[in-house]
Amino acid sequence: MTMVRAASSRRSFLGHSYNLVGVAASLVILAWTLIAIFAPYIVPHPIGNIVDDDYFGPMRQGLWLGSDYLGRDMLSRVLMGARYTVGISLAAVSIACFSGVVLGMTAAVTGGWLDTCLSRFLDAMTSIPSKLFGLVVVAAVGSSIPVLILTLAVIYIPGAYRFTRALAVNINTMDFMTVARVRGESTVYLIGSEILPNIIRPVLADFGLRFVFIVLLLSGLSFLGLGLQPPLADWGALVRENIGGLPFAAPAVIVPSLAIASLTISINLLIDNLPQKIRDRNA
Amino acid sequence: MKSGVFNLVLKRLAVAAVTLLIVLFAVFFATSMLPGDTASMLLGQAATPEAVAGLREAMHLNDPAILRFLRWLLGLLHGDLGTSYANDMPVAALIGGRLLNTVKLAGITTLLSVPLALTLGITAAMLRGSLYDRTVTILSIGVISVPEFMVATLAVLVFAVYLKWLPALSSVNEAHSLADLVRIYAMPVITLIFVISAQMIRMTRAAVIETLSTPYVEMALLKGASRSRMVFRHALPNALGPIVNAVALSLSYLVGGVIIVETIFNYPGIAKLMVDAVATRDLPLIQSCAMIFCLGYLFLITAADIVAIMSNPRLR
Repeated sequence: MTMVRAASSRRSFLGHSYNLVGVAASLVILAWTLIAIFAPYIVPHPIGNIVDDDYFGPMRQGLWLGSDYLGRDMLSRVLMGARYTVGISLAAVSIACFSGVVLGMTAAVTGGWLDTCLSRFLDAMTSIPSKLFGLVVVAAVGSSIPVLILTLAVIYIPGAYRFTRALAVNINTMDFMTVARVRGESTVYLIGSEILPNIIRPVLADFGLRFVFIVLLLSGLSFLGLGLQPPLADWGALVRENIGGLPFAAPAVIVPSLAIASLTISINLLIDNLPQKIRDRNA
Repeated sequence: MKSGVFNLVLKRLAVAAVTLLIVLFAVFFATSMLPGDTASMLLGQAATPEAVAGLREAMHLNDPAILRFLRWLLGLLHGDLGTSYANDMPVAALIGGRLLNTVKLAGITTLLSVPLALTLGITAAMLRGSLYDRTVTILSIGVISVPEFMVATLAVLVFAVYLKWLPALSSVNEAHSLADLVRIYAMPVITLIFVISAQMIRMTRAAVIETLSTPYVEMALLKGASRSRMVFRHALPNALGPIVNAVALSLSYLVGGVIIVETIFNYPGIAKLMVDAVATRDLPLIQSCAMIFCLGYLFLITAADIVAIMSNPRLR
């Protein structure tokens, strides 16, 4: 499959072969990133302002994406929503991957009881369905941005840990690791300078996939009303508050869904189309 | 070597039991952290402090958490799930019918999605690289990359808004005929089938492709076996373990899917009950619902692991 597609759409640029699907996907991701950063400066209307007499208004000039259930400008709300969805997910995935990768490498290098305890404990954590975990925690301590970020991060630490540990265990058996050990290097040096450079590429690809999972979970929680609380609204919350427009096929409920889909599908496609060298676990 | 498999399975079951205990503990403590004092909430704003203190005493809320946990666990073993705070009914009675509804929903979805996903997954793997394979792969990636509620929203848009075939909401109590039944279950089941099948197709396809690239399949090819014989006689029997593993793992996605689907379609199942219980801070109800979900999930992933162990000939 890859062979057929590769022949037709792989080009070469700066010594890296790239792929049209991958380039299109990265453009979409770049666009959402820029929007997330500059949203407050580019929104046409303040997000709380009611600008339309009608609710669930159609797309027209001035209100490019129609209006929501209160007659607020949908374009502004989606642009600001990008900020929350991308920002919260990025913060959560950074914490999750950083903790997971550091713990995973440490467990692989140290071995022994630390490795056993960590692996057992984190395996037990994966036995709680993620949506349920989010539901219970958010219900328990209330929903705020820091709580959401931490909850999402905690849910995805075990996955990052398991992935990194599996990679690091392989590297750990290499001769250069034995040499470094015999030199008497510290654990911090071993994981930072010997293991990390050898696993960084698959770890980054895993970072992207985990980001997608987190975006999906955050949207799901917000959709259930347990994520971001009004007046703030991420994409999931936008779908929730405008779900009443579904019978009229209002753009207000379709556009935020499409926004989520465009971001998550792009990331998946980008990772799928990365050169084998980067994507491959054994690289 | 039979005992080797037996030991591994026993070990896996022991791990599952320990995990279950940890999960129960986590669920209990997470729900104990719910903000607000249950006693004063139950009695309302007009309650005197003495009445609140009395109720706290009667509900054992002053006991240390570990004691309450053990008491709760003991109650569970006796089949006593506690009493709902919100409407003073036994939790078991509240859950009973709802659980049945959810099990029906999950059961119908499983019955329909397993054959569908296996057929698509296996054929896609057989015709690897073809237009058919690429279409199936891209569609399943698409479904996996979007949230469940979006699949549900799209299903409503297509089947209820544009085609007007089905009602957007379901209510199980009004079923009088088979046609009614189909109309009620159609929307939630369609959504769940999409979500579950996408996972299952991907995993099945990967499992079959991995088997097809083994040396003994190449051997079959070289000795001149037909493509179908190669797949059905040589590859599939060996891919069965990974496929069943994939099925069990995909079915565990039902847990997350059901929560969203029941909420969006207003389906009177246990997930909807739990989401509502979170809103009313009904501790015993949340605990019991969360426990049931974790049990189901744990059962499925343990089953997946055990199948994987049993089907590995190297361990036999």
